[in-house]
Amino acid sequence: MNLQGILAIYRYEMARTKRTVLQSVVSPVVSTSLYFVVFGSAIGSRIQEIDGVPYGAFIVPGLLMLTLMMQSLSNASFAIYFPKFIGTIFEMLSAPVSFYEIVIGYVGAAATKSLILGAIILLTAWCFVPLRIEYPVVMLLFLVLTAVTFSLFGFLIGIWADNFEKLQVIPLLVVTPMVFLGGSFYSIDMLPEFWQTVSLFNPVLYLISGFRWSFYGIADVNVWISLGAIALFLGLCLLATWWIFKTGYRIKK
Amino acid sequence: MFAPPQPHAKAAAALGLIARCKPPMCSVLTARRLQRPFVTDPIISIQGLTKTYASGFQALKGIDLDIREGEIFALLGPNGAGKTTLISIICGIVTASAGRVLVGGYDIVRDYRKTRAMIGLVPQELATDSFETPLATCRYSRGLFGRKPNPAHIEKTLKQLSLWDKRNGMIMALSGGMKRRLMIAKALSHEPRVLFLDEPTAGVDVELRKDMWALVEELRRDGVTIILTTHYIEEAEAMADRVGVINHGDLILVEEKAALMQKMGQKRMVLDLTEPLAAIPNRFTALGLELANEGRQLVYTYDTQAERTGITSLLSDLRDEGIRFRDLTTKQSSLEEIFVSLVHAGDVS
Repeated sequence: MNLQGILAIYRYEMARTKRTVLQSVVSPVVSTSLYFVVFGSAIGSRIQEIDGVPYGAFIVPGLLMLTLMMQSLSNASFAIYFPKFIGTIFEMLSAPVSFYEIVIGYVGAAATKSLILGAIILLTAWCFVPLRIEYPVVMLLFLVLTAVTFSLFGFLIGIWADNFEKLQVIPLLVVTPMVFLGGSFYSIDMLPEFWQTVSLFNPVLYLISGFRWSFYGIADVNVWISLGAIALFLGLCLLATWWIFKTGYRIKK
Repeated sequence: MFAPPQPHAKAAAALGLIARCKPPMCSVLTARRLQRPFVTDPIISIQGLTKTYASGFQALKGIDLDIREGEIFALLGPNGAGKTTLISIICGIVTASAGRVLVGGYDIVRDYRKTRAMIGLVPQELATDSFETPLATCRYSRGLFGRKPNPAHIEKTLKQLSLWDKRNGMIMALSGGMKRRLMIAKALSHEPRVLFLDEPTAGVDVELRKDMWALVEELRRDGVTIILTTHYIEEAEAMADRVGVINHGDLILVEEKAALMQKMGQKRMVLDLTEPLAAIPNRFTALGLELANEGRQLVYTYDTQAERTGITSLLSDLRDEGIRFRDLTTKQSSLEEIFVSLVHAGDVS
């Protein structure tokens, strides 16, 4: 295994985050904090509690998931798309690194960034709302699994995209609506029965539900189903990665 | 075909290298080369290589070529001839449709880690991350190729390419020539045995081009095998040991540069006449003489490889005809003229 190669990619990507700290770290933290203020304090004061949890605290897991997913997607997709766009991908293709090592480097860096961001947002949330974490190990498991899976998904989007519009279309037009409709701001019990059934077809619901369970012990669906859903999505992403690297899709001529 | 390792052959080559090496260029690279397992030439062996793109365009049509270790090989060809495709396949960027390539005796597909670690590539395009620094990007390149950090080597390479002073500035602030040199620095960061230079001096000024030639010569002294593609024939003429001409995906010719120029070159003899001539006398028509410079020069083109060049009889006949001259010069055909005639002949056939 080319450990030096993996480390080179990882460090290069982490250095990029350092260079763009305002955009990569400060901006998502500020925008998520705004959610805490607006939804937690302003609207939360009228909604009171959901399943015994103050509304401000109830939305924290959903908002954390929202940031984690979006940042993982954008970090990883941009990381692999940019070398394709400016032409520096030639160096990676001509280097003695396997495709799996490339994935480990890029996805590892993107997931690390998202986890750092998640930790900062969690600490920030503590400043605004009363938080408790009942199952910290499960919470960490969800955080890591989600960061890795969505970074891998982002990597695939970056490989697939051949222009900047395509790079944005899935995160903005598919993932964002799924996160907002996946119970980030509400429990699906609050929806009419028909929409409850529709919500069950949204895979993001399972992630948010499981993640929220690790905080407060309340969930829309069983936590094992949530873990199974994220594991299934991870498996699908790995399968797609394997296929892309086997065929050289959009990488090699 | 690649032969199994023969220590004595490489040892002799290595001794030759030491003898030719001059300080300070008698460097880490040479020392490192002496520690490697001995391998006989060629360093690159290409057998029946073909490439057909998805569009159906056949870029390479069964290329067979051996590159010797330590040589400078110039690959000439017009645009779209297949030069970049050939290089891209050897480096792992493009997948071959058929055929086999060995680098240092290892297959580029099966043993890609070993072969790619031996190769450095300087592509045609100036593809760099504008927001990075030269130092960081060279460190990155070295790591990517599996080498442990070696600040001394990176420093030496950046100094060699006159980029050390710019090491901490953003790449976007570098001039085009500096970016070109940075691409070479990146390719040399992992101390490759083989360096591919794909149009290295395209778009750079004359002074920088000369610097680049000097650098290539230094690298050769270090024992690096260099494969060069270029549009500037004078570049190949100035640097290459051997020349290959590729056109429409076929390797038309591979030849020692000097032998090629001697074998295929024609020579022109120019006589500066004392009195201008209005027309060439009839008796000289068969010789294909030409008048130039408003009749003040008489030009005779002859084949250097012919049994008789016809010079003696021509000079004798001119004296008989009363045509006097005050000076005589001869000029060998340039590689460019040879290249153009080869490519043209290929196009016609």
